[in-house]
Amino acid sequence: MPFVNKGFHAKRPTDGGHKLPPGQYETQDFPVLTAGPTPRIPLVNWEFRIEGLVETPTKWSWNEFNALPMQSFNPDIHCVTKWSKFDTKWRGVSLDTLLEHVQLKPEAKFVMAFSYGGYTTNLPLADLRDGKAFIGLEYDGKPLAAEHGGPARLVVPHLYFWKSAKWVQGLRFMADDEPGFWEDNGYSMYGDPWKEQRYRSDDDETDTASFRL
Amino acid sequence: MSRLDWQVGTVTAIRTETPQVKTFTLRLPQWTPHRAGQHYDLRLTAPDGYQAERSYSIASPPEQTGEIELTVEEIPEGEVSGYLFDGVAVGDQLELRGPIGGYFVWPAGPADAPLLLVAGGSGVVPLMAMLRHRQRAGLTNPAVLLFSVRTPDEVIYQQELEALSAADPAFTLLLTYTRQAPEGWPGYHRRLDSAMLAEAVAHLPSPPQCYVCGPTGLVENAATLLQVQGLPDAAIRTERFGPTGS
Repeated sequence: MPFVNKGFHAKRPTDGGHKLPPGQYETQDFPVLTAGPTPRIPLVNWEFRIEGLVETPTKWSWNEFNALPMQSFNPDIHCVTKWSKFDTKWRGVSLDTLLEHVQLKPEAKFVMAFSYGGYTTNLPLADLRDGKAFIGLEYDGKPLAAEHGGPARLVVPHLYFWKSAKWVQGLRFMADDEPGFWEDNGYSMYGDPWKEQRYRSDDDETDTASFRL
Repeated sequence: MSRLDWQVGTVTAIRTETPQVKTFTLRLPQWTPHRAGQHYDLRLTAPDGYQAERSYSIASPPEQTGEIELTVEEIPEGEVSGYLFDGVAVGDQLELRGPIGGYFVWPAGPADAPLLLVAGGSGVVPLMAMLRHRQRAGLTNPAVLLFSVRTPDEVIYQQELEALSAADPAFTLLLTYTRQAPEGWPGYHRRLDSAMLAEAVAHLPSPPQCYVCGPTGLVENAATLLQVQGLPDAAIRTERFGPTGS
């Protein structure tokens, strides 16, 4: 018989049009989670790099990056610490747009996002394509605040939000999957909120195998 | 059973720490030694199958075997904390998994650097696990806890902290009251600032390893001020903790 806490009931119905992944709750706030101090990056020094398994490593200055075509995105986001936030309002550059500027080597299958301040997180290449990911520069109509990852943050809303690297500096393409910062500290290699892949022991082998293909 | 499977713990004690904070002692059938600073996930299941999960820092040291203590702040309208406060009694069972977290932990050792702990409100909980571990393991690393609270009735673990401070010359407790201080209070009566962090660092013989836990504003502020003190980023570990969004 499944475990039940007597007398416990949901306190808040969730917003009608939205679905919450298992174990998540909705918040109207935008909480901040960081492992260390917030880096402050002067825009004159900022650059975004694509490197690793690409024919020609490429980089953009802040002005060059802002001249790329921008789009609006309104994703629901899900943090591994259990909060979800619906209909967040971003503007930024789609990863599809960025990938038009580089030619990937055929063996490139995974990506390590790396950030100012030293943070890293790993993703399968397929999870950055087809409108699934963008580099966010504005949040709620304003430049993205430093504590939320500004000036630029990778946003991959279909995965737990630690995969959406704050203060992103670039993407390194790789043939094999490697753990980034939180992944090295016991968190899931993939982080699918709908499968509740919070921790490494939540990753199932078949799943890992399917995205290795 | 792998370390992070759900298990059913039994509440063996409930202690009131402050008007908004209680400590729940839970006996676990599959207890695993944790590192000070780690947390457990707690899951509640309604009769209709609805589930809610939250993470709670472990307050007890790993030397306290077979059980864990979770110190929980009651959040207004809090779905999980509200149930724990009103719906849970000694003898009740709760589903948990852990210990979790590999970064905001203190890898204690005799050769370790001094410890600077900065807490806001219930952010003191994982730092208390570090202090209790330090004490129970007989470690003598110089340690400072700079603890920011709003009012005198919000000092979680006050008696234990004061007793530790009196008994252990290598431990310094620095309290600051941001709203209302006790009558005749000679200490800090303001928000964390640069001078306060400089004084905290000055209590220690060499540059410390810092752990900062509390509400976002306090954590952001303290981490930046510690950088200004010249501490390297790698020596400043942060964790947001508190009522936001729950």
